[in-house]
Amino acid sequence: MNRPYHLWLIPLLPLAGFLINGLLGKRLPKFLVTTVALLAPLAAFGVVLNAAFLTLTPMELRSWNGPGPIPRLVSVPYLESFGTWINIGALHIDFSFVLDQLSLVMLLVVTGVGFLIHIYSVGYMKEDAGYARYFSYLNLFLFFMTTLVLAGNALVMFVGWEGVGLASYLLIGFWFSKTSAADAGKKAFIVNRIGDVGFLIGMFLLLANFGTLTFSEIAAKLAANPGWTGGVLTAIALCLLLGATGKSAQLPLYIWLPDAMEGPTPVSALIHAATMVTAGVYMIARNHVLFDHSPFALNTVAIIGAATALFAATIALVQTDIKRVLAYSTISQLGYMFLGCGVAAYSAAVFHLMTHAFFKALLFLAAGSVIHGLSGQQDLRKMGGLRKKMPITFWTMTMGVIAIAGIPPFAGFFSKDAILYSAFQQGSLGKVLYFVGLVTAALTAFYMFRLWYLTFTGESRDPHSHPHESPWSMLGPLVILAVLSIGGGWIGIDRFGSFLSAVTGPTIDPATAPGGKSLDIGLSVVAVAVALIGWFVAHLFYGKKTQRPAELAAALPAGYKLLANKYYVDEFYGATVIKPLMATSTYLLGWFVDKAILGGAAWLLGGIATFAGALLQRWQSGNLRSYAAWLAAGAAAVLLFVVVPWSTVWPVSLDFVWKVAGH
Amino acid sequence: MSPFLSQEVPLSWYLLLSALLFTLGVVGFLIKRNLITVFMSIELMLNGVNLSFVTFAHQWHAVKGQIFVFFVMMVAAAEAAVGLAIIIAVFRARATLAVDRIDLMKL
Repeated sequence: MNRPYHLWLIPLLPLAGFLINGLLGKRLPKFLVTTVALLAPLAAFGVVLNAAFLTLTPMELRSWNGPGPIPRLVSVPYLESFGTWINIGALHIDFSFVLDQLSLVMLLVVTGVGFLIHIYSVGYMKEDAGYARYFSYLNLFLFFMTTLVLAGNALVMFVGWEGVGLASYLLIGFWFSKTSAADAGKKAFIVNRIGDVGFLIGMFLLLANFGTLTFSEIAAKLAANPGWTGGVLTAIALCLLLGATGKSAQLPLYIWLPDAMEGPTPVSALIHAATMVTAGVYMIARNHVLFDHSPFALNTVAIIGAATALFAATIALVQTDIKRVLAYSTISQLGYMFLGCGVAAYSAAVFHLMTHAFFKALLFLAAGSVIHGLSGQQDLRKMGGLRKKMPITFWTMTMGVIAIAGIPPFAGFFSKDAILYSAFQQGSLGKVLYFVGLVTAALTAFYMFRLWYLTFTGESRDPHSHPHESPWSMLGPLVILAVLSIGGGWIGIDRFGSFLSAVTGPTIDPATAPGGKSLDIGLSVVAVAVALIGWFVAHLFYGKKTQRPAELAAALPAGYKLLANKYYVDEFYGATVIKPLMATSTYLLGWFVDKAILGGAAWLLGGIATFAGALLQRWQSGNLRSYAAWLAAGAAAVLLFVVVPWSTVWPVSLDFVWKVAGH
Repeated sequence: MSPFLSQEVPLSWYLLLSALLFTLGVVGFLIKRNLITVFMSIELMLNGVNLSFVTFAHQWHAVKGQIFVFFVMMVAAAEAAVGLAIIIAVFRARATLAVDRIDLMKL
């Protein structure tokens, strides 16, 4: 029995939703727009679930049948090719989709969480004038994201990669009449372009050295040459890493993500927390054989990840905008995923990607619910006391906060623990990075509980606010995501890792490694202790109304200012990149090249023509007899030229001139 | 046939006459101010050329030259029709035929 997966349906259903709502949305009644917008991701999710069922069934059979060959319904990786896309000489690229364990996990997250956020958006965007436009963009995003995930080669992935960037740009700048939103959209787009240059160059290098962009062929070629390490592979891996840092908001290209919070909150949840920003992690996991052959690139990934995790977590400590805290937290958690990739624990990274998608989407949606309930208020300093007013939002967000803080048995604990454990195994560099990750875990617990205390406990700090609980279209997804945030990690890294091992290679299993189990438990205890310390400190600072935060800020004014201004990175980029670029564009390119050289040349040519015209115009006297005289004079001149034997008058033959001229 | 007539007129005489007619046409074209006279000068030039065509055709026993003359006459007839129509139209519009004053094309 070989039931096909119909992978093509997964991206095409959201595309249909995009086309219908994008072209006709304004004329359709609202409930029809909603139906189309929700049906598209739901149907896509259904196709993915079908695929998951087909893939997972043999695993069930294994436990039933005992030893012996396992009957498989459909074997993965399952390839669906839609014909040749590019065929020039040796270059041959198919438009193909591949379903394997890795893309299956990603698809479940993307379409599942995506569908929940679509439901939530119905409540959140109900009053917005651009309702249909919003949902068409959201469906467009799902189209490109599923294309990215399903891609069988790097070029198809790049199509999705650029497409999600476009959808991200459109949705960040959704309220484009607001200058800050339009600017944030441009910033995201431009910073991503820098990363995309890396991705492109990486692809060119792949083509030059492998002659193919198909992931499976690259892996096969590398498997045939196990001794091939470093050199050009490092170059390729670093180029791809640059692309990943752009999309996944890592150092040094993370700056666009905090600004991306200008978009509607469900967008921040879907694109800028749960799915799109994890594309970089997915891309590294997908190309992990390249990274495996380049220890230097792997170490770079790990260091960038750990550094970003710590860096973003420290900024999140003092942010006062609820969405910005979550944005920096997202950057920090993505840093964990990069750290996981960098220590070759790809399955742990993808595991964290999945749990993070659950709890971070939950946190963003809950924050959106808070903002919705407070009629647009995003400032933590003006919240407080919402526990009684918004009980369901409160409880679901609590689940998310505990999950991200890494306290068992919530989802975040398991995945973070898996990454930290893998880092600890990787020699002395790994131990340092493990320590950085541990500090980050404490900071994470601190700033998340700070947000939690400031939002929900105490008394309301804004006398004008009239908070109200959100409608069930918003609370429903919150509850589902809260359940996933609690139970999403129970599958365990060993089972998750063995499921992914066909794609990401074998993982270190704490249960089988010598002394692994006790080390694992020891590290877990440390991680939990650290998280609890973070919580405790947050409780001391924000649990009751105290002056402690203000006192600390006053005691360390320089440090506080540095953090509050986000290490002045935006200013630094402004001074070192943007200003020189602007100056070059304005003065060198604008004034010198454009105005002086090009404008001057055009002016000169035009001037010569005008001047010649002004002279020649006198010839056109309009007087018939003067024309006739010129005509006669011309005829006489021609006659003179033909009749007079010039070679005797001037003894240089025309042939001679012809030859001198080089013919 | 009388001996006088049997004596052929030399070729150069015809050509001289032809050149004379043509030059008269050119000079008339350049110096006359009346549009109709200018027009007639053009006809004179054409006929000067026609004469040399016929002369050479007779001299070289080539019929092509004579055919050319017919073409020129045909074109001249057409030109006369169109040209006279234009002249009448110009006269109606401007009440003058002095070429120096027909200068609307001048900037």
